[in-house]
Amino acid sequence: MSQPQTLYDKLWTSHVVSEDRDENGDTTALIYIDRQMLHEVSSPQGFEGLRTRGLAVRRRQAQMAVADHAVPTRHRDRPIADPLARAQVALLERNTAASGLRYIPLNDARHGIVHVIGPEQGFTLPGITLVCGDSHTSTHGAFGALAFGIGASEIECVLATQTLRQRRARNLRVRVCGALQPGVAAKDLILSIIGRLGASGAVGHAIEFCGDTIERMAMAERMTVCNMSIEAGARSGLIAPDERTFAWLEGRPMAPRGALWEQALDHWRTLGSDDEAHFDRTLDIDATTLLPQVSWGTSPDQVLPIDGRVPDPAAATDKATARKIARALDYMGLVPGTPLQDVAIDVVFIGSCTNSRIEDLRAAAAQLRGRHKAERVRALVVPGSAQVARQAEAEGLDQLFIDAGFEWRAPGCSLCVAMNDDRLLPGERCASTSNRNFEGRQGIGARTHLVSPATAAASAIVGHLADPRTES
Amino acid sequence: MQPFTTLHAVAAPMPDADIDTDIIFPARFLVLTQKAGLGPYAFYEKRFDEQGNERPDFVLHQPRWRGAAILVAGANFGCGSSREQAPWALADLGLRCIIAPGFGEIFQGNCLNNGILPISLPAREHALAMAAAQAGQALKVDLAAGFITLPQGTMIRFEIAERARQALLEGRDEIERIRQGAAALIAAFEAQQRLRQPWLYAETD
Repeated sequence: MSQPQTLYDKLWTSHVVSEDRDENGDTTALIYIDRQMLHEVSSPQGFEGLRTRGLAVRRRQAQMAVADHAVPTRHRDRPIADPLARAQVALLERNTAASGLRYIPLNDARHGIVHVIGPEQGFTLPGITLVCGDSHTSTHGAFGALAFGIGASEIECVLATQTLRQRRARNLRVRVCGALQPGVAAKDLILSIIGRLGASGAVGHAIEFCGDTIERMAMAERMTVCNMSIEAGARSGLIAPDERTFAWLEGRPMAPRGALWEQALDHWRTLGSDDEAHFDRTLDIDATTLLPQVSWGTSPDQVLPIDGRVPDPAAATDKATARKIARALDYMGLVPGTPLQDVAIDVVFIGSCTNSRIEDLRAAAAQLRGRHKAERVRALVVPGSAQVARQAEAEGLDQLFIDAGFEWRAPGCSLCVAMNDDRLLPGERCASTSNRNFEGRQGIGARTHLVSPATAAASAIVGHLADPRTES
Repeated sequence: MQPFTTLHAVAAPMPDADIDTDIIFPARFLVLTQKAGLGPYAFYEKRFDEQGNERPDFVLHQPRWRGAAILVAGANFGCGSSREQAPWALADLGLRCIIAPGFGEIFQGNCLNNGILPISLPAREHALAMAAAQAGQALKVDLAAGFITLPQGTMIRFEIAERARQALLEGRDEIERIRQGAAALIAAFEAQQRLRQPWLYAETD
């Protein structure tokens, strides 16, 4: 009888090419990478490195490329206006063409944000290792894949060798039980988890999310949860694949078919953590008492329930925490003790690899039906992919958003990262369904409050941060 | 990669926790596709005002820390985005070693791949290094021995994974090493996996 293993242990062990153990007990291994996603921002230097070495891409079929970060979400029928962004996208096109890699063009029916289209296309599968030069690659862990973000040097290494040298992570289990209240979303859950773990609380760990709350979640919700694992410091988040996972994947363009599908299922059904498997740490969460969450600071662990008040640095237990709170409040332009629901907002952004799937759009639309955004607010919805956009349009959601005063945009990373045309002005405050409230993340001097799609929509209606349970 | 052996240099203090890679290398500069010469964009919002003039209060603009090659940083330095532009820009500023209570994991790996030594220290030892940096003192870092020496002679031992230490000491090219040392192993892995999980090798499109 072999030792009981966690899902992470199984994924790690099954991808070890060669392993060595450090004297202090750390394990490093050369692990095999099954799939890599490439985008325009983090890949140019990797391709350049490969050219300098005179090497070819080792396994072309294992790569998929798309431009999402720098792309505009308007006027997609025209060439990209920003010359640097245009050159960057053109470079990705040239690099992938020269190497014979799969590239999804900007106006293709399959286009979208890497972490939305990987699963949509069935490129993401249970049991695989998947990397991308993007820290939110943890998203794909929702399918029981070992997926993590990497740097440009590592991209080059994967292109050249299809392997990476990695240190084995410790196992952190986050077990969530009970039913979420109506109006409380997967986003609220993961924000609350990050708040409890802290922004560096899961460094060196792979997080496995489990428990009946997670088991009941739709794949889109599971992706939202795994997506933000990195905001607690974990490179990977994982959820054991189950029948819901398999049903979601079956028939996707790149998913296995026929006898191969059946064979894959047999394997995928063995992937869950064994009953007696060892976890280095466990965090238990009661989902039943969870309220909608909103971030108030400049780190994703600075988060409170929507009925909370802006914290007071003077009430902090130690000097370092007080300093951190004060620095955040200074940047955010907030006064201690202010009820969060009194904080007025200028912009609402619904989108990003965290919350741009059809379920997210439906949740926002349900809040907005028959209502209109507040005059003071500029609001945009950016679907995560062309497929999400088509589905939303088929359901009439695009018109619903437009009638509510929102802008309906083309897919891309948009306002999640201030490197395309969508940016906030200095001092502007945004209720955003994205993943990072860092200083400058949405534009120089921009202020970000991370929320769920329902909270973002409720906030758009009243013009300040709002509780979706009472504003509907 | 430039080898890292020993370093004797002024250390600059940056005590704030959670300095993320968006602060180290703001996203709007990510449309640049080169990796050389990114130093001018490092910490841009902290370093320059709206007119592009140097902010005199930024630590690396103060006379005693200008040209520092060591940064003593706060907890969770380099958290957030995986952008390798962050260590490229820091290296271009002349930084070769960063000392912190802990790092964002992807950033830490990116440093190691660029000849920058990231040292994690427990709270007490970190406080000693921070105090020396705040006093504008120079630190000696000896990677082979695994010690930081403060000006008064206090020695701080630091841990680093043995493989990472060797790679830095040699300035090792990881890709070349894998290609030379593991090509047969990788091919054997693929042959095995193709048998056990053939769906991963099916031609798709």
